Amino acid sequence: MEEAETHACSILVATQEVTATSRHYVDRLFDPDPQKVLQGVIDMKNAVIGNNKQKANLIVLGAVPRLLYLLQQPSSSLELRTECAVVLGSLAMGTENNIKSLVDCHIIPALLQGLLCQDLCFIEACLRCLRTVFISPVTPVQLLYPDPTVIPHLMSLLSRSQRTQEYITQIFSHCCKTPEHQTILYNHGAIQNIAPLLNSPSYKVQMQALKCFSVLAYENAQVSMTLVNVLVDGELLSQVFVRMMQRDRPIEMQLTAAKCLTYMCRAGAIRTDDTCIVLKTLPCLVRMCSKERLLEERVEGAETLAYLMEPDVELQRIASVTDHLVAMLADYFKYPSSVSAIADIKRLDHDLKHAHELRQAAFKLYASLGANDEDVRKKITETENMMDRIVSGLSESSIKVRLAAVRCLHSLSRSVQQLRTSFHDHAVWKPLMKLLQNAPDEVLVMASSTLCNLLLEFSPSKEPILESGVIELLCSLTQSDSPALRVNGIWALMNMAFQADQKVKVEIVRALGTEQLFRLLSDPDANVLMKTLGLLRNLLSTRPHIDQIMSSHGKQIMQAVTLILEGEHSIEVKEQTLCILANIADGNTAKELIMTNDDMLQKIKSYMGHSNVKLQLAATFCVSNLIWNEEDGSQERQDKLREMGFVDILHKLTQASDPSLCDRAKTAMQQYLA
Amino acid sequence: MQWRERKGMLQAQEDKNRRLYLCQCVTEHRGSLRLEAGHGKNHKDAASVRAAHPIPAACGIYYFEVKIVSKGRDGYMGIGLSAQGVNMNRLPGWDKHSYGYHGDDGHSFCSSGTGQPYGPTFTTGDVIGCCVNLINNTCFYTKNGHSLGVAFTDLPPNLYPTVGLQTPGEIVDANFGQHPFVFDIEDYMSEWRAKIHSMIARFPVGERLGEWQAVLHNMVSSYLVHHGYCATAMAFARTTETIIQEEQSSIKNRQRIQKLVLAGRLGEAIDATQELYPGLLERNPNLLFMLKCRQFVEMVNGTDSEVRCFGTRSPKSQNSYPSSPSLSPRHGATNPHLHTTDSPTCSNGVTSKNKSNSKYPGVSSASSSSSSSPSSVNYSESNSTDSTKSQAHSGTSNQETSDSEMEIEAEHYTNGLADASSARIVNGTYKHEEILQTDGHGLGNGLAEDGSTSRQLCGGNLAATERMIQFGRELQALNEQLCRDYGKNPTHKKMLQDAFSLLAYADPWNCPVGQQLDPTQRESICSALNSAILESQNLPKQPPLMLALAQANECVQLMARVRAGSCSFARIDSFLH
Repeated sequence: MEEAETHACSILVATQEVTATSRHYVDRLFDPDPQKVLQGVIDMKNAVIGNNKQKANLIVLGAVPRLLYLLQQPSSSLELRTECAVVLGSLAMGTENNIKSLVDCHIIPALLQGLLCQDLCFIEACLRCLRTVFISPVTPVQLLYPDPTVIPHLMSLLSRSQRTQEYITQIFSHCCKTPEHQTILYNHGAIQNIAPLLNSPSYKVQMQALKCFSVLAYENAQVSMTLVNVLVDGELLSQVFVRMMQRDRPIEMQLTAAKCLTYMCRAGAIRTDDTCIVLKTLPCLVRMCSKERLLEERVEGAETLAYLMEPDVELQRIASVTDHLVAMLADYFKYPSSVSAIADIKRLDHDLKHAHELRQAAFKLYASLGANDEDVRKKITETENMMDRIVSGLSESSIKVRLAAVRCLHSLSRSVQQLRTSFHDHAVWKPLMKLLQNAPDEVLVMASSTLCNLLLEFSPSKEPILESGVIELLCSLTQSDSPALRVNGIWALMNMAFQADQKVKVEIVRALGTEQLFRLLSDPDANVLMKTLGLLRNLLSTRPHIDQIMSSHGKQIMQAVTLILEGEHSIEVKEQTLCILANIADGNTAKELIMTNDDMLQKIKSYMGHSNVKLQLAATFCVSNLIWNEEDGSQERQDKLREMGFVDILHKLTQASDPSLCDRAKTAMQQYLA
Repeated sequence: MQWRERKGMLQAQEDKNRRLYLCQCVTEHRGSLRLEAGHGKNHKDAASVRAAHPIPAACGIYYFEVKIVSKGRDGYMGIGLSAQGVNMNRLPGWDKHSYGYHGDDGHSFCSSGTGQPYGPTFTTGDVIGCCVNLINNTCFYTKNGHSLGVAFTDLPPNLYPTVGLQTPGEIVDANFGQHPFVFDIEDYMSEWRAKIHSMIARFPVGERLGEWQAVLHNMVSSYLVHHGYCATAMAFARTTETIIQEEQSSIKNRQRIQKLVLAGRLGEAIDATQELYPGLLERNPNLLFMLKCRQFVEMVNGTDSEVRCFGTRSPKSQNSYPSSPSLSPRHGATNPHLHTTDSPTCSNGVTSKNKSNSKYPGVSSASSSSSSSPSSVNYSESNSTDSTKSQAHSGTSNQETSDSEMEIEAEHYTNGLADASSARIVNGTYKHEEILQTDGHGLGNGLAEDGSTSRQLCGGNLAATERMIQFGRELQALNEQLCRDYGKNPTHKKMLQDAFSLLAYADPWNCPVGQQLDPTQRESICSALNSAILESQNLPKQPPLMLALAQANECVQLMARVRAGSCSFARIDSFLH
């Protein structure tokens, strides 16, 4: 029933002539004799086949409302109504503008209404037209859903004929775009109704049913959990999908079945170590990436594979050795090839169209492959020109490619070895910094996260990045509305402050501003709070730095510390805070800020008796710093603390079961004995 | 497709001149072949074991797996392939014409001491598979069921599966298919089967599509003409507007002679041939001798008219043969496939069978014209009406369906045609034997209507038996004559012996040479006579369709001989539906 569009025939006909004849066709729709109207519609049908110009003319001349009127009129004969639906279906086969005009004329509710008719031919004609309208990207998919009776009715029509099956499943698979859509279809028994169609004798029906399942299962645990238990002719659905992935099946079928299983696996319905994933789905998807496949299939295959193994290191390891996948992906960057440019324009055009898609898919897959395993990362960076490709990918015009490239870079930046070698050799920080200047949030999150890794103290890129004025940029990130960006910003600053020299620390404090620092300490996001404390801790290390920073910001810092220790926070946060306190206690002048604060001392004391060993340890550490012998005024501090009953607690802690806590307490006690 | 290694056929080659550090032993362990390394110290102590036979090229895809039971001291194990004559005291891959994948570094060694990074390392518990694709001459390995990708290309032929071990304690089990494989090799093979199938199906036939169509028409038409389906051939020629080279009367003559032969009435067939094609048999004394021999056999059978005329019930009639209108020659042994097809869709065959059965009693007593076989024409015509009907049907269905289907009308049309013609081919052989047997039975047993079921020599008639013996003497004389003229002919001698042997048994139908009496034995001589007639008319002695089929078969066999691996997936039957 597909309409083969040929455009050649219309070229020779003069435009005006066409308009004149088109007018004639429309006029005949208004004839008082119903028989003549029918003949007019049939003639119109024959005239529009494969003739886009004719279609456009008829639409401009207002044929659509009249056809819809005739289609809906109860007085029209069934034959006329069917012919009207056929002509409308034919008009929909034209350009996107045609579809827009049809939708504007409210064709969808009219056709949906038509489905209530009993006549199969008419239903099929309506469905065919609806299908053509809905698969167009210009049609808003939600137009399927306003009337709650539509979906159940479509489900009931599935049993009517192979054509209704094909059209309805195709409509479903194109109109299921959100979790809400998935739920609606699921609640109306989509799974039970569509599952038997997987064994349909018609390939088209099988394929559309399969596509339906892939969109239904995507990121949907409820659907996926139901799917694993469904039987089709006594066979588990997952086995049906495995059968559809056999290598002699059409590629489209293999790929779509692999997608179904991938989505079911990611939704938690199938374990990642299930043989149908490890031995069937994964190898099938790797095959889809091979050079023999079409460019579209390679893109889809790589993206699906990346999604499948993202969370599982074992799958990543297996994929990295399957069929030379890592080397195979390098080929994704060779489009358009120099050969195709000379060979023929059509091929070049095709290649150009897919070049971006191919590159971003390859980057995504590399990112997924290298997410966890050091050996795999090494293998990836050793691929020909890999780092150069990432570097140029970071500055590509397509956002999709930039995002995928930075994801790939981020994945590889988790490797200490790569940070030390290839990252530095290729100066990846340069394009990365450039990317950070002006990018959408999505890219910023990835890029700043990568930057965090590049700012680790052992990274040789740290120095040049510092010199490029990154601090201002990171500080501005901490003011972002996105928690992810705030975390990354403060995280990067934290990494930067680790064992940094005085100049950098001062610069960080200056650029961030104490006000912002304290705002971050009350951030609703626990991660932000943790990293901010981490930053403080890194800033407050080595004695001169502690004294300097505490002399200028001591009051605020002590306030913030008090606030956190009093507030409802996790153990980790409090531990981090106590560590900051311990660092402060290590300063020469800074420790006075604690010693003069009896309230604070009481808090430390109570944490020494806390039920959590980590907190006890941090608090003891703090006390130990305060009473350290070789420093000025240690005697007074020891006396004061003894008066406050710290010695008794320390004594008790020397009996603690935790060895490190016990050691720490003993060291502290020795300060008194000396 | 996997070539199964039989137990104990592995052979370890040992260098007797060297002190053997390494003692490799091959044992059987739970149905697997187990290899264990002895006390090797360095690479000089390596030793390989290889299969007793090379991988046959015609198998298309070859696969075996090796399970690492223990990696031993260092796990220096190599799995791969080697040609005959390669030094077996080294791991596979190190020498010329030897290829290996080594466990310690995961490298592949292609006839070289230095390896290329290839795959992961392998160790105790891993199952390593080695697959040789003889279609594109590549090899890939698998590890625990995962394909690792192509390792070697441009492999030479005649490689042996080879496994090499080096350090003490290394133990591996080889699986040549006696256990299920970890890797899904069946799936891989199905892909190649589909690939080759579609490669053949999509083979470009040139741009001149019109001529291609004409070639196909001629193939069908010539096949029909060859076997004398006169009316069908005419109907086909009319629809496709092709020209039949042979005269219609000539086709009918051949058809008539063939029917006589197939009905076992050789005497009449010889007479008819001599009358219609004078000089033909004189020029082919061998053919004449074969026909006469067969005539003798048919006399024993009681079917030949020279003995049937003595029968009490059967009037001397030349025209009882229309009783077998659907008889057709069986084609030569080139296409066993067609013989076995009992196509249930072939309703034509069923109809004809019913017709022949119902007509038999009427025709047997009546005499009708001798020149042609009316019922045969009837049958053929009904056949052709069928085909026109089906075309007309497809035509109407086209008009009824919607606009978009109109665009494939042309395809429908050819489909209809192809169906009709293929139905006719099957037609020719449908239930053939069964009809012949009932026929032969009825004719051979002159007293069939009396309810007697036992068959007797020459129909049990004494005069007929005398005639037969006399004919035998004539045949003997003919043989001697031929010997004098053309020298001794062992084939003739054998034929004669076999035929005369029938008389030595009380029940010739159930004797060691009784096979000759089977009506199906008439077919080869029938097609030989048909071919001879056609040749004498300067027409091809075999229909082009059969030639093409035989050619295709021969090609596949040739591919096997020249070691083209794809031949194992190029099955002709998969194209004959």
